[in-house]
Amino acid sequence: MAIRAKAQSKSSLAVQTPRTTGLREFFERHFSRLVPLPAAVTMALLIIFPLAFNVYMSLHSWFVSSTTPPHFVGIKNFVEIFGKDARFWNAVWITVKFTAIGVFLQLGLGLAIALYLHRDFRGRGIVRTVMLLPMVSTPVAVALIWVVMFNPSLGVLNYFLSLLGFKPLVWLGHPRTVLPSLILMDIWKWTPFMVLIIHAGLQSLPFTPFEAARIDGASRWQLFRFITLPLLRPTIAVALIFRTMDSLKTFDTIYVMTEGGPNNASEILNIYVFQTGFKYFHMGYASALAVILVVFVFAVNLFLIRLRERSWSY
Amino acid sequence: MELLIPSAKERRASRALSTAGYYVGVILICIPFVFVFLWMALGALKTQVQNTASPPVWIFAPTFENFRKVFLANQFLKYIENSLIVSGGATLLALTLGLPAAHVIARYRQRGLALGILVARMAPHLSYVVPFFILFQKLGWIDTYASMVLSHLVITLPMVVWIMIGAFEDVPRELEEAARIDGCSRWQVLTRISLPVCLAALATATILSFIFSWNNFIFALILTGPERRTLPVAVFNFISGDEIDWGGLSAAATLITLPILLLILFVQRYIVKGMTAGGLKG
Repeated sequence: MAIRAKAQSKSSLAVQTPRTTGLREFFERHFSRLVPLPAAVTMALLIIFPLAFNVYMSLHSWFVSSTTPPHFVGIKNFVEIFGKDARFWNAVWITVKFTAIGVFLQLGLGLAIALYLHRDFRGRGIVRTVMLLPMVSTPVAVALIWVVMFNPSLGVLNYFLSLLGFKPLVWLGHPRTVLPSLILMDIWKWTPFMVLIIHAGLQSLPFTPFEAARIDGASRWQLFRFITLPLLRPTIAVALIFRTMDSLKTFDTIYVMTEGGPNNASEILNIYVFQTGFKYFHMGYASALAVILVVFVFAVNLFLIRLRERSWSY
Repeated sequence: MELLIPSAKERRASRALSTAGYYVGVILICIPFVFVFLWMALGALKTQVQNTASPPVWIFAPTFENFRKVFLANQFLKYIENSLIVSGGATLLALTLGLPAAHVIARYRQRGLALGILVARMAPHLSYVVPFFILFQKLGWIDTYASMVLSHLVITLPMVVWIMIGAFEDVPRELEEAARIDGCSRWQVLTRISLPVCLAALATATILSFIFSWNNFIFALILTGPERRTLPVAVFNFISGDEIDWGGLSAAATLITLPILLLILFVQRYIVKGMTAGGLKG
């Protein structure tokens, strides 16, 4: 009976519906459509409305501060952004650098630390708690502490550099050092995420391939290169996708630490959208930037997800 | 020949040495991650003079003056209350809406809804700010709890749904079918059978969505004024003055971090699984 029900409908729960009356029966019969309705409507209002409204606004010109209402300008905003806006292209380039370099270094470091910690030792629970702290802590709060530590004259980081015999750095204060400094902070906050995912992946690896390779006389490097790394590929793919997804959403930390400066040297797309909308109050232009941002972020994410489906999994 | 084979005692000694070396490595790895929080706590317990001393002061008599100042000079209690109401409200609403939805997605394969929630997970918050600002301004909801709770649903709802889909999928079908045969309605299967089995996931979903709502800065930045300001914006305002109050800043940062620290202790085992929900399975 249960098997036949499974074959007939998509749901194996479609065993006989108990005899009930009216509203209850209706609810019971259309359960799978009625129950998620409130959530579906909410999500539609929260996702589809803003995205659609952005597209609508992006075709208009409107300054919040002015008394004139929004007026339709067609694709003028987009023509301007792609054709003349050097600040936009700068923001794209900074976003790509911040995410690509940051995520790559976090993956490398995370892999190394996870491999080192992949061993039974006392205090593993404490190490895990320590690793969890940076990633769940409030971005604004830790970013402010990094501002304090980065301070060129009084900051503790320059003090450490001086102890090691290096010259002090201006960190956030110079266009050439600001992005590396922000990436350093991002590495601090998110390497633990890589460590914990890869560590979990390592622990679920099968034992036999290692045993077999060791009997065949494989060196430790060969074990890592030809067994651990290929087996870890799906885990690494997941870690990369999530980290890229979140890195492209970064706003709080950079806004708090530099507001995109100095000289727009740390202005990622998110910051540029915000400044356009809420510093210059140019809402139409900000919406056009937001539309481009969404398309860009979705394209990168879908590319990674497709890549994972095609070649990173088995 | 004798010289090449270490005695049992020597072997034990060398093993102890390598274990000690290993632990030194573990500690070295942990230091940078702990240090930032240590520096935050030390800064909160120092006076302004000690905080701006060069080279840095490491040993000093701690003062609680900074905490007193934070509570007295700012409306910090009000901001704490605002944060609790907004994050608590957004989390509760997300659970109410999200739990039934997640159950249905897991059991009745509602792909479309799952996809919508993935889109919400990916979309940068900056794509919401302009529409939300204009909408809530039109409604006259700027600086109210309503606009804050609704906007925070963008964070909490996808989190609850993704975590709970995974959990509900792991509930054995036989269990639910048995309950159906015994006369449970579909709704009762959810509330009496599936949900009680998934308590660990439920706790993770609740705590993670609370934390990420608690941490959120951007929506409060554009949607609140002095009345409904939440903690991240209040903390941010510490650096907007002419002279930075280092101790006050550190004390405020410590206060906003402490609740998170306490919360994650309960569910630390499940946090990474929760943050990558929907990604670790095929």
